[in-house]
Amino acid sequence: MKYVEEYRDGDVAQGLAKVIAAEARPDRGYHFMEFCGGHTHAISRYGVTDLLPPNVRMIHGPGCPVCVLPIGRVDQAIKLALENNVILCTYGDCLRVPASESLSLLKAKARGADIRMVYSCADALKVARENPTREVVFFAIGFETTTPPTALAIKQAATEDLPNFSVLCCHVLTPSAIMNILESPEVRELGTVPIDGFVGPAHVSTIIGSQPYEFFAEEYRKPVVIAGFEPLDVMQAILMLVRQVNDGRSEVENEFTRAVNREGNTRAQALVAEIFELRKSFEWRGLGEVPYSALCIREAFGKWDAERRFNTEYKAVPDNKACECGAILRGVKKPTDCKIFGTVCTPENPMGSCMVSSEGACAAHYTYGRFKDVEIVAG
Amino acid sequence: MGEVKRGYVRPLDVKNGRIDMSHGSGGKAMAQLIEELFARAFNNELLAQGNDGTVLPALQAGERLVMATDSHVVSPLFFKGGDIGCLSVHGTVNDVAVMGARPLYLAAGFILEEGFPLSELKKVVDSMAAAAREAGVPIVTGDTKVVEQGKGDGVFITTTGVGALPAGRDLGGANARPGDVVIVSGSIGDHGTAIMSQRESLAFDTEIESDTACLHNLIETMLAAVPSTSEVGNAARGIRVIRDATRGGVATTLNEIAKQSGVGVMLNEKGFVIKPQVDAACEFLGLDPLYVANEGKIVVIVAREDADALLAAMRAHPQGKDASVVGDVLEDPHHFVQMRTGFGGRRIVDWLSGEQLPRIC
Repeated sequence: MKYVEEYRDGDVAQGLAKVIAAEARPDRGYHFMEFCGGHTHAISRYGVTDLLPPNVRMIHGPGCPVCVLPIGRVDQAIKLALENNVILCTYGDCLRVPASESLSLLKAKARGADIRMVYSCADALKVARENPTREVVFFAIGFETTTPPTALAIKQAATEDLPNFSVLCCHVLTPSAIMNILESPEVRELGTVPIDGFVGPAHVSTIIGSQPYEFFAEEYRKPVVIAGFEPLDVMQAILMLVRQVNDGRSEVENEFTRAVNREGNTRAQALVAEIFELRKSFEWRGLGEVPYSALCIREAFGKWDAERRFNTEYKAVPDNKACECGAILRGVKKPTDCKIFGTVCTPENPMGSCMVSSEGACAAHYTYGRFKDVEIVAG
Repeated sequence: MGEVKRGYVRPLDVKNGRIDMSHGSGGKAMAQLIEELFARAFNNELLAQGNDGTVLPALQAGERLVMATDSHVVSPLFFKGGDIGCLSVHGTVNDVAVMGARPLYLAAGFILEEGFPLSELKKVVDSMAAAAREAGVPIVTGDTKVVEQGKGDGVFITTTGVGALPAGRDLGGANARPGDVVIVSGSIGDHGTAIMSQRESLAFDTEIESDTACLHNLIETMLAAVPSTSEVGNAARGIRVIRDATRGGVATTLNEIAKQSGVGVMLNEKGFVIKPQVDAACEFLGLDPLYVANEGKIVVIVAREDADALLAAMRAHPQGKDASVVGDVLEDPHHFVQMRTGFGGRRIVDWLSGEQLPRIC
């Protein structure tokens, strides 16, 4: 496939692997966090870690929108579907997220809730137009990439004055999450969790640009390299990070210049600012309450806000006690450090958030990397 | 008063009529539906016996009976390259054929939804009849039930097939051995992609057609060139396993074989044939073609010594012209299916978890 295969070329990968191995100093370790689930997935699916020297380690970050969705938010959506009898539209990944009382949206559907998988929130608008006698709620999740389409749907609903459409907004913000990780005690206490740099978000950065990361690079002295989601992008970014660390630099560099600039998509930003405002605080699964880390719908568009319309209240629900998702999302622990990884917690029956989506650290390791934990015939 | 025509029954209004509850009642309406639609289309001597069951001829000496059943709930009912009718014939014929058996007869059960247009039912039944005729496997008995509107989705079809397995032949999933070679009969993921492209919520334009087809001729050709290990009587020779890679795709089929045989599999990503349109559709939908359903592709495990001969025989058949070697069987106590990626790394090709795409067949 043109413009995709070029970024998956095995020969180029081998060449890059040699350069990384040559430039990574053997007397030190390099710990880089890839923030995005898209990077985690690419690393696992293409076996990128096999091409890295042993002293270059990747830490999987919290950038999987499904994984960071707290139980309480899914409960809210389920309640709307089961008790308020709404048609609940959402993205496919959300359906299996475990909620309270062993429920998930998929299981609620089996109990009679009208839950529909859509590929875009424009489809949810269509469902609303086609079902004028029913309330239709779009369960909106995701980082900055999926926020502008939701904003557009709300604006469209306002233009049409569509009376039966509303949005349960759970959009979250990347920079606040990175900051939360950098501020967490484990990361701040020197030597406990060394993060030497970040592979910065790909699609998120097309919207917000590279500028928002400049603060971290400067304030926390951590290099950031924004990278595309193809495996060669990731390897190139790792090389750039190794070079920054070796040079003692901590800058924001952009590997993904084919899609990202410093300012980002200003039209999308303006649209998002028109429809949404910052939430004072939002609970992230794994990270807990993070101040100013999410968006809610402005009062001017309150008519299309499901939280206002149905007067639903958010109730925090603690994760399973044995679940180590929080520590894994901050890079403090590896999936295999968790007692329930691969035993009671599997992609079929996820206990914790990291096991839910294929982009989650645990699911990616379980699905693609598990054989590295046991001795195996390489064939 | 007009003249009463004795015994006159107005013919079935196939053009504008719809299924109603009386078509499942056991009464006249049902008899008419069966006679004018099903029996007329499937028309064969065995079906014409017209009894509750069909009496079938005896098998040849030494042959054993193979039986397989498959229910079909695909949505949409009509898709590029096929429909639920021919699919229900192909699916079951293939299930019998991959066992190494010669498919002989089919039985068909229909669950019809009240309100389903007779014109569409006729299209489905005609397609089924054509597929059965082409395969040379007659539909010899059947059943029809009707459920109220909203309790079904147009039509569901269950087909059951029987076939004759020659003496000494064994192609069971437990026969794979370390050192064997894995072959796939052609491009993967075509059926699933064709279905997806026509789903209401997802419609996108693609040239891809479902690969739905009966594969018993291909399999017969293969077994004529390279018999099963049990027939050869030499552990280093022969075909070990044949499976059709339907739901869950090639990945799921190989995991099943690895588990049953107690072996591991190492795939080579570059060995697979994937049509560019399938590749592109999977790319933007976030699917992995290894897990996307096929309806006309088989996975074959063969002894290394016979791999080249088998590949040549497959490629000489139109249904196997794109056959390729995709991997090797290994010794592995964990029974993992792994893959060397085109990128140069290794990864697990695990069992499919959850549902990648509902109602694919």
